[in-house]
Amino acid sequence: MKNLFWTPAFAIAVLTAFMSSCDSKSGASSEGIKLQGAGASFPAPLYNKWFKAYGAAHPDVQVDYQSVGSGSGKKSVIDKTVDFGASDAAMEEEEMGRVTGGVQLLPMTAGAIVIAYHVDGVPSLNLSRKAYAGIFLGQVKKWNDPLIAKANPGAKLPDLPINVVVRADGSGTSYVFSKHLSAISPEFEKAVGANTMPNWPVGTKSKGNEGVTASLKTTPGSIGYVEYGYANSQKLTTASLENKSGKFVAASTASGQAALASVELPANLIGWASDPAAAEAYPIVTYTWLICYRHYPDAKKLAALQDLLKYSLKDGQNDAEALGYIPLPASTVSKDLAAVQTITN
Amino acid sequence: MALQSPSAGGAASAPESLFAVRPGEITQAPTGLQRMVDSTFRRLSFVFACCTIFLVTFIVLRIVVSALPAMRHDGLGFLTGRVWDPNTGQHGIAGEIWGTLYTSVLALVIGTAFGLAAALFLSEGFMGKAIFTILRGFHVHLHPFWAKVPDQVEDLLKRLIELLAAIPSVVYGLWGLFVVIPLIRPACNWLHLKLGWVSFFSTDLSGPGVLPAVLVLAIMILPTITAISRDALVSVPPKLRMAAYGLGATRWETITGVILPTASRGIFGGMVLAFGRALGETMALAMLVGNSNQISVSLFSPANTLAALLANNFPEAGPKEVGILMYAALVLLAITLIVNIFGALILKRASRSAME
Repeated sequence: MKNLFWTPAFAIAVLTAFMSSCDSKSGASSEGIKLQGAGASFPAPLYNKWFKAYGAAHPDVQVDYQSVGSGSGKKSVIDKTVDFGASDAAMEEEEMGRVTGGVQLLPMTAGAIVIAYHVDGVPSLNLSRKAYAGIFLGQVKKWNDPLIAKANPGAKLPDLPINVVVRADGSGTSYVFSKHLSAISPEFEKAVGANTMPNWPVGTKSKGNEGVTASLKTTPGSIGYVEYGYANSQKLTTASLENKSGKFVAASTASGQAALASVELPANLIGWASDPAAAEAYPIVTYTWLICYRHYPDAKKLAALQDLLKYSLKDGQNDAEALGYIPLPASTVSKDLAAVQTITN
Repeated sequence: MALQSPSAGGAASAPESLFAVRPGEITQAPTGLQRMVDSTFRRLSFVFACCTIFLVTFIVLRIVVSALPAMRHDGLGFLTGRVWDPNTGQHGIAGEIWGTLYTSVLALVIGTAFGLAAALFLSEGFMGKAIFTILRGFHVHLHPFWAKVPDQVEDLLKRLIELLAAIPSVVYGLWGLFVVIPLIRPACNWLHLKLGWVSFFSTDLSGPGVLPAVLVLAIMILPTITAISRDALVSVPPKLRMAAYGLGATRWETITGVILPTASRGIFGGMVLAFGRALGETMALAMLVGNSNQISVSLFSPANTLAALLANNFPEAGPKEVGILMYAALVLLAITLIVNIFGALILKRASRSAME
């Protein structure tokens, strides 16, 4: 027993030695400038493309982006464990207040959310606002429902139950989609409301865009929502949606930009295109934001970040369309650039 | 170091005299070096044992601390509530608890049936019998020398089954989504149509649901059950087997009456381990179970499990929800702990009755 008496002290000594050796290792490796980001997974492919291209042109700057989800991104910003965050659901006032020194949100790119379906023999589909709100409320239950048939004269709609597929995991996609449905249907707002993980009254839940896509592809009669870029690359059949002015519009870069142009961004650059009014606008479009701090004490880091943001906002926008994103309208880019200049040390 | 030191004294002598008792050696007091190595090794083991306990305690404490606000706010109603709606602030995990236990128990039943059968096949020499019978059908009579080959094939098969454990769980999930669900859907919907009055078939399978999740989960826990059961079956003393045959028992009587009861402790241990894995399995279930808070015995309806709930919610959880999710994690931890304690108790009882 006497021998064992001092072992806890010994254990602590070993542990501290081990931990301190780890610390000194990680501290010594920062030769150049390293920018660490984390957040939304939706814009991650585009962000990674930008950051990789920027890193290749500037060998002294290394940018890491981890697509851990908007919620974790915001949490990392609040905990100050990253240099910048990213979020599809922007940031609540209350959350912004918890960051000492304040944050600057910058819309970096935009995306559309499409309603994809799988009904054999129906290559194109128009969905009125009442129809798709009804489907996701569980009120429109069959594919040959008069609400759907009215907008699709001539289409051979089968007498098949509608299998609604929604996202099981919390996601910015669900947030934007439920926000749009809340904007067009008071009933939806009351029964469900906007959330990253709404309590859907109907539907089977699948994990991630890939899960929803798998359910759509393998289950005839199903309908679900996915990101535009994802639906394109997976060749899903998507529906044209009725917008505020009563026109049926398919998702495209042009119709997405028309929707974005109708949003007047406020001073904090957080604006939603929940229900755009323009005639050519696709109704479900959203910006996605990068979250920067207002102040960076390290001047080198600040300069690198500002340069990176400028690159992303100018040259970077050319990469957006190929990856299924909507390039920012010129007015948003100029507002972003002005905001980048206001970040100081 | 510690392992080498006792033989250090004998290293100088020839290998054949390794086991020879040399006069004086045993009674010799250990050298100072031996004593130091010995005590250092003992202390090091103690430190590592302490680290493990410290780590587990630390994890549990951290979870409890983050869960405390939610526990205070929701109380025990959290365990019985069935609605999960962040918009209205309602959180309940009765559906998830039910789904976790339901899928795990079903997977354990299926996994044990197949796993034990595979273990018996691989340990009782059925392989050789099967091969020789087939060959005899083709009028090929092999020299007994070839009896060695089936043993090696058995070993290969065992390794193949163990390889199942090396497949990442996301691959299982994708396989379930793209292969299992389309494969079983016609049969499931036929069952629902013809036997819909049976509560197990009371809904139709529209995609992810309990049955695909259970099937994939059963395959995932199969290697654990098979490997441990086979080891237990192989280690049944050959004397017992011979004695049973000597008393005139048939092969089946020997297996069911002597070998399985003797190996039951090991088999049960494997089941407990497998059940633990089934309870905590996350990724594949998050993809396959349908993630809907229903309490239904229907095999085709979507359900939810605690691990899937955590996996689905964590990435987008705000500070408030993290506490609630930690609470759910604590419940999962408690369920796993209770299962393990029960397993240990039953194991103890079984071994005691076997001794008597």
